[in-house]
Amino acid sequence: MPAEIIETNSTPLKKVEIDPVTLDLIENALRNARTEMDATLFRTAMSPGIREQGDAFPMIADAKGRMIVGQFGSFLAGFLKAYDGAIEEGDVILLNDPYSCEGAISHTSDQLVIMPVFRNGRLVAWGAMFGHMTDIGGKVPGSLPTDARSIYEEGMRLPPVKLYRKGELQRDILNIACTQSRMPEWYRADLHAIVAACRMAGRRVDELCDRFGDDVYHSATEELLARNHRAMKHLITTMIAEEPVTFEDYICDDGLGAGPFKIKCTMRREGEKVILDFAGTDPQSESSINFYLNENMLKMFFGIYMIMVFDPQILFNDGFYDLVDVRIPEGSLLKPKFPAALSCRTHALGRIFDVLGGLLGQKTPQFLNAAGFSSSPHLMYSGVGGDGRWFQLFQIGFGGIPGRPLGDGPDGHSLWPGFTNVPNEFLEKYFPLVIERYESAPDSGGAGLNRGGNGIHMTYQVLEAGTISIHDDRWFIPPWGVNGGAPGRRSRKIIERQDGSQETVSAKVDNIHVAKGDRLHFITWGGGGWGDPLARDAEIVAREVRRGLVSVGGARAYGVVVSPSGALDAVATERLRADMRAERNELPLFDYGPAIGKLREQCMAETGLAAPVQPSWT
Amino acid sequence: MTYRLGVDVGGTFTDLLLFNTQTGESWRAKVPSTPDDPSRAVVEGARSICASAGVSPADINSFLHGTTVATNAVLEGKGARVGLIVTTGYRQVLQIARSFVPGGLAGWIVWPKPEPLADLEDTLEIGGRLDARGGEIRPLDDEEIRATLMKLKERGVEALTVCLMNSYVNGVHEKRVGALARDVCPEIPISLSHEILPEMQEYERTLTTVANSAMRPVVGKYVRNLAGELRALGVKGRISLLRSDGGLISAERAQEAPVNLLMSGPAGGVAGALWVAKSAGFKDILTLDVGGTSTDVALIQNGEPRLARTTDVGHLTVRVSSLDVKTVGAGGGSIAHVPSLTKALRVGPQSAGAAPGPVAYGRGGDQATVTDANVVLGNLPESLIGGAMKLDREGAIRAVRKIADEIGVGLYEAAQGIIDIANENMFGALRMISVQQGYDPREFALMGFGGAGPMHANAVGALMGSYPVIIPNSPGVLCAMGDATTRMRTEIARSFSKRRSQTSDDEIAAALSSMAAAAREQLAAEGETERDISVRFEIDMRYFGQAFEVPMTVDIDAFARGGGLARLTAAFDAEHRRLFTFNMENEPELVNLRTVALGKELNLPTVEIPKGDGDSYRAKMRDHEIWIAGGAKPAVIYDRARLRAGDRIKGAAIVIEMDATTLIHPAFDAHIDAFGNILISPQ
Repeated sequence: MPAEIIETNSTPLKKVEIDPVTLDLIENALRNARTEMDATLFRTAMSPGIREQGDAFPMIADAKGRMIVGQFGSFLAGFLKAYDGAIEEGDVILLNDPYSCEGAISHTSDQLVIMPVFRNGRLVAWGAMFGHMTDIGGKVPGSLPTDARSIYEEGMRLPPVKLYRKGELQRDILNIACTQSRMPEWYRADLHAIVAACRMAGRRVDELCDRFGDDVYHSATEELLARNHRAMKHLITTMIAEEPVTFEDYICDDGLGAGPFKIKCTMRREGEKVILDFAGTDPQSESSINFYLNENMLKMFFGIYMIMVFDPQILFNDGFYDLVDVRIPEGSLLKPKFPAALSCRTHALGRIFDVLGGLLGQKTPQFLNAAGFSSSPHLMYSGVGGDGRWFQLFQIGFGGIPGRPLGDGPDGHSLWPGFTNVPNEFLEKYFPLVIERYESAPDSGGAGLNRGGNGIHMTYQVLEAGTISIHDDRWFIPPWGVNGGAPGRRSRKIIERQDGSQETVSAKVDNIHVAKGDRLHFITWGGGGWGDPLARDAEIVAREVRRGLVSVGGARAYGVVVSPSGALDAVATERLRADMRAERNELPLFDYGPAIGKLREQCMAETGLAAPVQPSWT
Repeated sequence: MTYRLGVDVGGTFTDLLLFNTQTGESWRAKVPSTPDDPSRAVVEGARSICASAGVSPADINSFLHGTTVATNAVLEGKGARVGLIVTTGYRQVLQIARSFVPGGLAGWIVWPKPEPLADLEDTLEIGGRLDARGGEIRPLDDEEIRATLMKLKERGVEALTVCLMNSYVNGVHEKRVGALARDVCPEIPISLSHEILPEMQEYERTLTTVANSAMRPVVGKYVRNLAGELRALGVKGRISLLRSDGGLISAERAQEAPVNLLMSGPAGGVAGALWVAKSAGFKDILTLDVGGTSTDVALIQNGEPRLARTTDVGHLTVRVSSLDVKTVGAGGGSIAHVPSLTKALRVGPQSAGAAPGPVAYGRGGDQATVTDANVVLGNLPESLIGGAMKLDREGAIRAVRKIADEIGVGLYEAAQGIIDIANENMFGALRMISVQQGYDPREFALMGFGGAGPMHANAVGALMGSYPVIIPNSPGVLCAMGDATTRMRTEIARSFSKRRSQTSDDEIAAALSSMAAAAREQLAAEGETERDISVRFEIDMRYFGQAFEVPMTVDIDAFARGGGLARLTAAFDAEHRRLFTFNMENEPELVNLRTVALGKELNLPTVEIPKGDGDSYRAKMRDHEIWIAGGAKPAVIYDRARLRAGDRIKGAAIVIEMDATTLIHPAFDAHIDAFGNILISPQ
């Protein structure tokens, strides 16, 4: 049964003629409204994950649930189809079960708040936002158990419930939800903040309807969707070939010793429609790395990549959805069957962007970027402090942005929109930590005419015994380079114990005990390089040696010889470059690094970890 | 007789306003700016305004100046070469920044990352380390520091910054490095982060301090040149600069902390608006300062402008208090364009600037701008600046027609569309500082100034519901007026970080009173008389665990008497609910204490204009026609100089003066108040 919307006013909204200026006014006003949602959230949320880092995403949709502003596309269609009940004015829906909304949110850590906006008894819009809560219970602090075999191990699972019913807060529900969390204060504050942001959206839509009239507002949203449809249609027919192109990339492992897992996508155009087919993607994993990919969300990712280059001022919305056909095989890593575990889906979610980039770039060089920081590595650190209080940190790490047609990839930056790092002085003040190093890892960005961004080398010294969890990837399969650029370096995690011993920590792991004084080195991966490294200005390479971004040894990947102090040896460089040119083959479009078999052979020697075992499915 | 001279240096013009402090009589002047050395235009302007007023420069006892010299140093990358000393492990603090990539999903593909303000090659590490409570983890090594300083000196850095981890709690290590630097390289100016910004967050503190260092040599040179030339001209009085927070600072101190001058220019506009509003009897004002390339807006409530804790210039965001001025790229020179893909009409942020300028200026511009649209509609009927320049209406029509054809509408519809979108951008900025902060714009008047503010203020006021719309006298030189009419100000802040249950009324009273003494001392050192100094206090509040604070004004006596904390907590709860619709159960935390000391308030007599008989006929120049609200409407053109107090004007009308043109829409009435301000309200 689809959701039943209770409207007390049965007059339908009318489609009226709308002039282009009014349309632009409403477009801008909605854009501002979205910014206001973010501002409200950041000013009132409490967890560093949402507040400092920005792991939350707002949306305003039309009455039919189509996204007018936002960035991940509408998550409402799935919800509306699956919700078996009535929705009335003053209701606010809360849910976190991906299986209850067709993957609109993709793991239980994301709490989704949906608020219908009514006016004069009619539904005119939806405000919605989801945010990643630091803890929602379950078997490990942070609620992202790597070894979960089903969603039942991944903490609280809420189907769509009414957090507010006709304007009344349902305290029982709030209390039940908070009680599941190891950080109930943060859960409560963050949820309040998300609801306040949705209310802000509701207020702004209401004001717009006041100013222009309900029918004009309604017609404007229709036209905004139509405008987006026209723009995308033009882009698709001119930029995408009918002949299929295929690209594949990998998740390194599943945290249980198996890997890598392939994500494969084939893109082609049929008339004005583009088809993205994930046939050939590996089956679902036993562990929690599955990513329940919502088709609409993928359409939005695809559309944004397309539009970004041509009119970045355009408002992304759902208008073009019927131009994109997404096919994902059932039971695959990207459409696992219930009750598959989903909590650690961040790696597959991120990898989708590298796959999209690789697909679009093959035929349209203006889109081609190297592989990059396509995930968000997590660190959890928790325990009981000297004051007897429970502390729990959830931190998202950053790394190297890929080499780009535009230029070098920035070092230690975020590919995720709106994310920022946590100030280290903040970490030191509120957690038992000393951050001894927060710098980029030299040479980790792939060599290229445009260098890949370096990953980050962050060293934590823990001041209280506790446990840590790590969620990371790209430790086994390198981030690829393009147009002759080299792959970036892979990620590493090393624990230095107080006794001086060192151990390499695997990429996906929970419940590692740390003692007071232990050090964790969390080194993220670099972005792939773009273009021929031998063509990079040798002076720039020498300067980057002096800046500590490239080592003296690392400069040789560019065919550049520098002294230990970073002075360029132009003659030696010329000679080295000539030798390298003579010896090398034609530059490949994609440089993936060694083949998987080779990577397995060298794994222990190069990474300090056993190679993952080829997964098998029966 | 004594005089105050206010000078505002803009991109195109340098504006001057001279006040007789006994009579309140004033003179204004506008001279072309000299961007290569802005002090030339200042001195030239000062010379000419003194001549036309028949005043000797020796009688100017206060020279007050809003300057964009610091701003331009940042925007044009002309700051000094800065050497940066950081804690081991943090060399790349500016390289990594906050890891933030603007532009939304896939924004990284097209984002050009700005270069750090201090070159990584000029950034070196030292080993000393403090913890988050200020305790020493690793001591300093003087020899290492001396070697580091020598290395930077040899590299040729022109200014030095020290920013060490956790120095916001304890500046002892930074102080030691500073002392050694004065020994090793006494000729290089040095900025210590715990002095410039004693706040948590290493990136923001480093950036702010480096920005300060980068501006020091440029600002220092400018101030010294200016002072020298003014002295040579015969000016004997005090020379002060306007800070971003709207207060004055002596030219000497400005040189040490130029990061406080980044919003000096726009702050003059807000200060000017405050002055006008006070005399005209308005306390709640939104300001709309429309220039050639951008529009600055600010909010004044109960006679106090809102302050922001950060200052944004270009891609630089520094943690320095400034008047909460929002800037949008919408001005008279903003260019209209139609991207081929979407066929949407966009206006700005690209601008034709002063050169080539709008098509109508006939200086080679060929793209339709907001000014051209105003010319097409008839809103700008006459020549600008008192007849010196003739507008090329035919050229404007050609340019706007091109836009009209691209979006498939008529000429006038396209021109109106351009104006509407520019107005909407200004409206968006005003919303950010009003509605978004919980203020209802309908409770505010709107003051329009700057070269193009009076043209757009009526329309924007109607969008906001803010009345009356006030057009002050000499709207084009209001910034200079602000410079001339503000007072000395200093601010001392310290981080406190205690929950309500961890502190007491007594502790707060003691802390505030010692800060007040220090602030008074600073102003006294700048020549302010002790009894003229007034002090007030603010405490930044949040619920424990939140990261953003809400600044609350407090009364020190309430803490001294007892009950201050209880009152503060209740007021904070109310403010949080107003801003964010909810309260929290967490204990409130007192994050920062702040003391603001103010010098003597200027008490200038305000000059009333002659009273008329209520009829504006004597100021009428001619009948005219404008295109507005979907059709041609008759409009009368008036000469502002001939308007009298009490006059009423029925819209549609256009009022012309030397430096601006005011548009009054149909269905609106204007009333001239006793001081000559035009007050526009709906009929």
